[in-house]
Amino acid sequence: MKEELKEKQKEVEILRVLEGNARLSDAEIARMMGIKEDAVKAIIAELESKRIIRKYKAVINYEKAGIETVQALIDVKVSPERDTGYDSVAERISRFPEVQSVRLVSGEYDLSVLVSGKTMQEVAYFVAEKIAPLEQVRNTLTHFLLKTYKEHGEIYGEEGQGKRLAVTL
Amino acid sequence: MDMMSDRIADRVKQMKGSGIREFFDIAQQMEDAISLGVGEPDFVTPWRIREACIFSLEKGYTSYTSNWGLLELREALSDSIYKETGVYYDPEGELLITTGVSEAADLALRAMLNPGDEVILHEPSYVSYNPCTVFAGGTTVCVATGVEDEFKVRAEQIEEKITERTKALILSYPNNPTGATLSRKELEEIADVANEHDLLVISDEVYGKLTYEGTHTCFASLNGMKERTVLLNGFSKSYAMTGWRLGYAAGNKELIEAMMKIHQYVMMCAPITAQMAAIEALRCEDEVERMVSEYNRRRRVMVDGLNALGLSCFEPKGAFYTFPSIQTTGLTSEEFAKRLLLEEKVVVIPGSVFGACGEGFIRCAYAVSQYEIKEALERIERFLTGIK
Ligand SMILES: Cc1ncc(COP(=O)(O)O)c(C=O)c1O
Repeated sequence: MKEELKEKQKEVEILRVLEGNARLSDAEIARMMGIKEDAVKAIIAELESKRIIRKYKAVINYEKAGIETVQALIDVKVSPERDTGYDSVAERISRFPEVQSVRLVSGEYDLSVLVSGKTMQEVAYFVAEKIAPLEQVRNTLTHFLLKTYKEHGEIYGEEGQGKRLAVTL
Repeated sequence: MDMMSDRIADRVKQMKGSGIREFFDIAQQMEDAISLGVGEPDFVTPWRIREACIFSLEKGYTSYTSNWGLLELREALSDSIYKETGVYYDPEGELLITTGVSEAADLALRAMLNPGDEVILHEPSYVSYNPCTVFAGGTTVCVATGVEDEFKVRAEQIEEKITERTKALILSYPNNPTGATLSRKELEEIADVANEHDLLVISDEVYGKLTYEGTHTCFASLNGMKERTVLLNGFSKSYAMTGWRLGYAAGNKELIEAMMKIHQYVMMCAPITAQMAAIEALRCEDEVERMVSEYNRRRRVMVDGLNALGLSCFEPKGAFYTFPSIQTTGLTSEEFAKRLLLEEKVVVIPGSVFGACGEGFIRCAYAVSQYEIKEALERIERFLTGIK
């Protein structure tokens, strides 16, 4: 039981470390955690094969990169279906490559959908043509994203970090 | 007017300034140096804490507080110490809020020392204890600890130094500069000596929460020690709040009262903004945990890296310092630090700064990013190849 707990803790720590920096090598992670490189390899392989780690991605500040993209959060109100509830419509919406994320939420509407495109028009058309007409969709409300302050735990504005002294005893 | 230097008080004049001021000045000014010479976290104070302080300013909390510190803070602190150590301190009388552990250490020494009293101090150790002892009219009697004991002071070493004038013992674990910690059993042996010889103990546990192997034992929690121990701790290291200047002393009512007497005339009270922030800090244990696990990862990388370079490094179990030996290079620790700075722009602190027995070692802090650790290790490697 104790061993199992330790394994679990290692798994959680590896996930946290990778979430902070997915480009670390197995050797680097092993050194940080004080365990063998082979152990790190095995744990990551397992997490990947179980699809707990879904993929490795960069968090990109597109505005800074000068790449124009438009994103909108769409509140979608749907009528759940008898057998599948919200799942089938949510999965259907998920399949469009324009859709970045789909979440079931509590409150006034049901699904929160993040859509991206090159222009506002493109996004608006996509919603009007592909999401709004779905049979189960009762209502949509589109919020265009104007500015990103923080994404995936990363604050985009530079934090004015005071300079430490090079020497303190 | 006569030479001003003739008018400076003797005990101040005679206090050796750090012999390597010049080296530090170069280090402070070198733009692109990587500094492992830091003695503070690289984390900014957690936002929740900063935000609580801003809010307190908006609400107009800008006055003096009670000399003891805000009662609300003392109550929260008393709870938190009790939860962590099992020792209860009455927030009214046994707890004094100070401007950092620095002030608390000074107050403790001044409150207990008569001219000529001796204070036993293990070395290598934080640089303030000796000067504060001397300024308070006392004398320090040093116990050298060595790498063969992992820089732990042993009870019998302390016992050997006890004379009729011995008033107090300073204990500073987890230790700056070595990162050494003492186990409960080792502390108990020291407690026995303190009991037997009726010593007061000043226990500086500012790095207590930064313990990576085993758990930190509060000295005051040992049998009979609460009454003879002044526990010093603060917010600087564990909450990344060095610049806020906030700490505390906890102990016997009469002794704390005596410390308060000095504090009330020289400091009046700790800054209220820092005290307001500290109340929030005590609710931020998750943040502390997050920082501790990151330090722990850096610790392993640093220790492994130094050992791989042949700078043999015992495993530090607390604080955020490593203390590798540089004896194989044939350089003194001061020469090593100077040349490393000039040739490869890496700042480390010569071990000799922390006491004569620190010679042959350097202090490398790992309160820097993983990237900086990697880069510093590469530069040190180049430096070592160069001097071979
Ligand atoms: C062992 C030790 N005690 C006390 C201090 C000073 O702490 P504070 O910022 O609370 O005055 C330091 C700072 O480096 C330290 O290393």
